[in-house]
Amino acid sequence: MMSHEHSPHLQHHFDTPEQQFDAGKLGIWLFLATEILLFGGLFCAYAIYRANHPEIFLYAHQFLDKVLGGTNTVILLCSSLTMAWAVRASQLGQRKLLITLLSLTLLGGCGFMGIKYVEYKAKWEHGLLPGTHFAPHEESTGGPGHGPGETPEHGKRPSNVQLFFGIYFLMTGLHGLHVLAGMGAIGWILVRSVKGHFGPEYFTPVDFVGLYWHLVDLIWIFLFPLLYLIS
Amino acid sequence: MTPKNHYLNHTSGFASWAFTLDHKRIGVMYLVATLSSFLLGGLAALAVRTELFSRGPTIMDADTYNKMFTLHGAVMVFLFIIPSIPAALGNFVLPLMLGAKDVAFPRLNLMSFWLWIIGAVFCIGAVVAGGVDTGWTFYTPYSTTTNTNVIATTLGVFILGFSSIFTGLNFIVTIHKLRPSGMTWFKMPLFLWALYGTALIQVLATPVLGITLLLLIAERALGVGIFDPALGGDPVLFQHFFWFYSHPAVYIMILPAMGIISEVISIHSRKHIFGYRFIALSSIAIAAFGFLVWGHHMFVSGQSGMANVIFSALTFSVAIPSAIKVFNWLATLYKGDIHLTTAMIYALMFMITFGIGGLTGLHLGALAVDIHLHDTYFVVAHFHYVMFGGTVIALLSGLHHWWPKMFGVMIDERLGRIAAFLIFVGFNTTFFTQFMLGSHGMPRRYYDYLPQFAIYHRISTLGSYVMACGFFLIAYYLLRSLFRGEAAPMNPFGGNSLEWHTSSPPPYDNFTVTPIAEDPYDYDNLVGDEVSGYKSRTYEGAKA
Repeated sequence: MMSHEHSPHLQHHFDTPEQQFDAGKLGIWLFLATEILLFGGLFCAYAIYRANHPEIFLYAHQFLDKVLGGTNTVILLCSSLTMAWAVRASQLGQRKLLITLLSLTLLGGCGFMGIKYVEYKAKWEHGLLPGTHFAPHEESTGGPGHGPGETPEHGKRPSNVQLFFGIYFLMTGLHGLHVLAGMGAIGWILVRSVKGHFGPEYFTPVDFVGLYWHLVDLIWIFLFPLLYLIS
Repeated sequence: MTPKNHYLNHTSGFASWAFTLDHKRIGVMYLVATLSSFLLGGLAALAVRTELFSRGPTIMDADTYNKMFTLHGAVMVFLFIIPSIPAALGNFVLPLMLGAKDVAFPRLNLMSFWLWIIGAVFCIGAVVAGGVDTGWTFYTPYSTTTNTNVIATTLGVFILGFSSIFTGLNFIVTIHKLRPSGMTWFKMPLFLWALYGTALIQVLATPVLGITLLLLIAERALGVGIFDPALGGDPVLFQHFFWFYSHPAVYIMILPAMGIISEVISIHSRKHIFGYRFIALSSIAIAAFGFLVWGHHMFVSGQSGMANVIFSALTFSVAIPSAIKVFNWLATLYKGDIHLTTAMIYALMFMITFGIGGLTGLHLGALAVDIHLHDTYFVVAHFHYVMFGGTVIALLSGLHHWWPKMFGVMIDERLGRIAAFLIFVGFNTTFFTQFMLGSHGMPRRYYDYLPQFAIYHRISTLGSYVMACGFFLIAYYLLRSLFRGEAAPMNPFGGNSLEWHTSSPPPYDNFTVTPIAEDPYDYDNLVGDEVSGYKSRTYEGAKA
């Protein structure tokens, strides 16, 4: 353990590395709280519109792909595991393991965004878009004899179905941006861990990026059942 | 008296300021930035008042008028009043009061400032490119249909929100983690309690404004329809979201102001603050109640009767912690050795004008009365009595109180008193008439008015000119003091919080001798007078 006076990471206004670490930890938790509140608005909008128009949600959720959504849930859960393990590896100074685990986490993020792209593309092609852009195609949803977006197995389309797709795209879109930001942060600590910046005395950035990644994961854990698994 | 090397001349050049991590320099930059915004917002207000001087078109057409009051409101709220006390004075004073070298995250602090600049560029850019005419509240459906620059402005406000969040986050962590060993929570100066309450609101409410503005942008740019009834959405949801932030935001504006008054009243009456714990906890109570009253902005928006009753009752409850503060300040003054410095004059003025502002809030919180007063000049007058009569007056008080500490120079007290008089007379002339206008039914934001309102509008406009004279006088003597001001002693007013335990202006690292935290409101240990400043005997004892 390095002595306090010589720790290269200790900033001049802190007395000890512990004080600095604790301050950072409180800071990152507060930041995560602001992120939850940012999403809170959307969860609130979801709750209000679902309570007022349950039929829209019941009908429209059928157009989401449960298999792809479920796969993404599994991918993110695994990436959270590799991330948590990476934090432990950095604390124990296991550099190679740290690099491998961070790379796997990053890969998980790429996989998630790849599947998200496939899902978005399908919605786009079928015209299942929010608000004024909602224009479901006949051939993809039932053919003659039914209104746009209606199929025998999906039942009769309630009015204002576009509201669901608005909420779907806003929630998953904002979440996707957070995944991208998290991937950027993981990429940054990956570069730093290749350079050997982290060890038992200093692993703060890995710890904090890890917390952020868990939050991103956690939000998806709520989004998946709320959007895909409605009954 | 003034030390040779201090934070102002420690390094020089543009980059040494623009990329500084020193909380004092960031505080000074915020002060310049927010006061410049105040000038811009103030000029817009003068334009609005001048237009209303007489009936019919006076100096501008109706569209320009709409853009002008939007400019005034948005600039004053988002660019000036929210960051003014916490980010300018708070940034400067908070670490000093803690005896710390800096805030917990100096780089985040600098980032907060630059985000403010970027946000300001968006907002002012939107004005230059044609303006916005929605009012500062951006209500849907108008804000989603008007063809003015709503997206650029809301994006700017979104960025300013993050600037505010980062300041709040920084302050919470700094107060938790950088307090010196002897300073427990109930030994902190009350300004820090107020900043702590403010920071809690900044961190917990501002993200909701962020998502609201993102939704508004998505509504305009992508036609998402979440606030559009034609697409299944609901415009009242926007109002809920907006006021969930913007009501707590008025406590972001007033709480730090109350913190300043607690400092100034005690120090300038040379008497220990009365009811310390009550004042400290009432700050937290106001922050907490502030989150539960947003619905009182929507009494006539089709909210349920039950919700109205609950929000009305909660609104009344905010009066309790506010009154606790006012009564404790009065009790502090009782039998005090009151020094009528300019800072103290503003603090006394605050108690009058904020008192009127707070009590008229009760009229608006009463359901039946609000139906009559809603959206009239009564609301405008109430808001300005709280925001100007409260926050701006307290800012002036704090500015005069800490100016010697910030720049190492004393202010011309004689000119200070004249300016304070002009502002007091001008302010009350401008806004008391608006209570009358409102109670007689004059709606706010209107370009034109009926003949029976003419006299009030005319008096109000004349009052605003008197107020403007006061402000130009303040600008004159503050700027003059920087070049010709008498050198300030370390502790000109005899305060005992730790910022008075270092030189004026403080050195780069804040303290040359590690300060000893004691009761910030105990003045028995101080010896000296107003001319040469006060000195604490604590350090002599420590040396011996």
